[in-house]
Amino acid sequence: MRNKTLQVDYLARVEGEGGLIISVKGNEVSEVKLRIFEPPRFFEALLRGRKYSEAPDITARICGICPVAYQITAVHAMEGSFGITVGRQIRALRRLIHLGEWIESHALHIYMLHAPDFLGYEDSIQMAKDHPDIVQRGLQLKKVGNEVVALIGGREIHPINVRVGGFFRLPSKREILTLVERLEWAREAALETIRWVAAFPFPQFERDYTFIALRHSEEYPVNEGRLVSNKGLDIPVDSYDDYFVEEHVPYSNALHSILREGGEYLVGPLARYNLNFDRLSPTAQEAARSAGLSGVCRNPFKGIVVRAVETLYACEEALRIIGEYEEGPETHVVDIRPRAATGYACTEAPRGILYHRYRINEDGDIMDAKIVPPTAQNQKSIESDLRGFVAQNLNQPEEKLVWQCEQAVRNYDPCISCATHLLKPRIVRE
Amino acid sequence: MMEKEGGNDLAAGNPVLVIGVGNAYRSDDAAGLMAASQIREKNLPEVEVVEESGEGAYLMELWKNRDTVILFDTFRSESEPGTIHRFEAGAQNVPKDFFHYSTHLFGVAEAIELARALDRLPPRLIVYGIKGENYSMGPELSPEVEKAVPEAVRLAMEDVRKMRTPKQSALN
Repeated sequence: MRNKTLQVDYLARVEGEGGLIISVKGNEVSEVKLRIFEPPRFFEALLRGRKYSEAPDITARICGICPVAYQITAVHAMEGSFGITVGRQIRALRRLIHLGEWIESHALHIYMLHAPDFLGYEDSIQMAKDHPDIVQRGLQLKKVGNEVVALIGGREIHPINVRVGGFFRLPSKREILTLVERLEWAREAALETIRWVAAFPFPQFERDYTFIALRHSEEYPVNEGRLVSNKGLDIPVDSYDDYFVEEHVPYSNALHSILREGGEYLVGPLARYNLNFDRLSPTAQEAARSAGLSGVCRNPFKGIVVRAVETLYACEEALRIIGEYEEGPETHVVDIRPRAATGYACTEAPRGILYHRYRINEDGDIMDAKIVPPTAQNQKSIESDLRGFVAQNLNQPEEKLVWQCEQAVRNYDPCISCATHLLKPRIVRE
Repeated sequence: MMEKEGGNDLAAGNPVLVIGVGNAYRSDDAAGLMAASQIREKNLPEVEVVEESGEGAYLMELWKNRDTVILFDTFRSESEPGTIHRFEAGAQNVPKDFFHYSTHLFGVAEAIELARALDRLPPRLIVYGIKGENYSMGPELSPEVEKAVPEAVRLAMEDVRKMRTPKQSALN
């Protein structure tokens, strides 16, 4: 009987965070252990005793790639706890800035991190040597996303304009129109991206996932909606803690999220797409169909195509919001009167649902905070994908198998700050 | 006509860009940010300073159209904590220690090598790496790493001084 262990170490910027170990005994996968590090615990402690108004900027520091998701989730939770509703323009601008983040995050992942896997390149640097124009297109596409975030947020990496109650300043119509030409280019680039990735070779692999995403009555979900699944869940966001639980696993200092009723689930582009295909624009639906997708996609490797479709949608939707934007008469911020309450919010970060809960006292101080990032919720699903994929492909040459395991983890675009610094995998034979 | 040194002419109006890379909540990982901030405090007219998380594609945007960039980051290797490693990206490939071998990170080393492949490196990119030791969550630096920061700053200031034209040097 042949035993082997496929090991993928997580390391890099932060040492000792753990890793990924896949043990194989004979023809069976005996164990998959994913250990990741979880900064939110540190931030939850950091938030205690701080003012409600500080939460958006503090939590934005959790992630260098999706600070907007953290900011919007924090402001929604605070506004919910104080019983505040913002106006139409503020709501639209929040959607716009978050879509900008989707564009940059998706473009980065598709072009710089994931595409090289499919095309057999070690990394995007090697890919750039053969396909400089394609890599340049990816960088430009990402840049358009940055520009949207910078214009609305005042800064590209950690936007400073977002606040509880609205914005510090609203852009003028003239300012916001400067994005149109760039977004029109990006929309075409996104279409080309879909055509490009649709032709990639995809490993044959599907699972019967429980997809969880937000669902809004009219829109493809970004900042608002009910939490729904493909298996009957349909709850308001403030019931999150009644249905989801985080459990300790002995081999990881991170908490794994599961459904209370039992079972893992998947969040992110694939879940959003499967649960909200009908909310995509006709162009995005058509582009998805031309790329060979139906309204249902259970092959996680095709997540790269779904990301490209979402990128197209994000560009179109950004253009729609900009077209409808009008200066005034709304004020840039609504009045805030803190009260003792608990606020809940969930948004669709590029990688999936991000949940925040804050308990606030009458002075507006944060008594406690809970933050559940998408990557923490996907851990179990990543493990199960690997278990299933390795079992199906044990006859593959080891080098190819390890490559595809890495690729399988990357399907989830695990958050660089929330989770994951993967070393090149190495195989340890018993 | 002013003399130039090393292809740089700070008087021509293209200031040196200093980029500090790191995470202020990750102990020694903040060393690059701290170095940048110490340079900012000097208020030099020919130097611009930014502090970044180190997302590679954004770094490439930052140094586009720049003549001279000085970047501070931490790195890992077998060397002693606080060891300073300087290299010129135009002249040599990024040393192996600077890559994080991450499959999910497109960081400093990746940005430099991708920029090289796409012919988008600035004419001069000097990287100062400070060997870190502790990267756990928290705001405190290890003593050796903290001590290395002003030394790396001093060396970078020496670079800037050499780039100045004789006339500028006389003024300072």
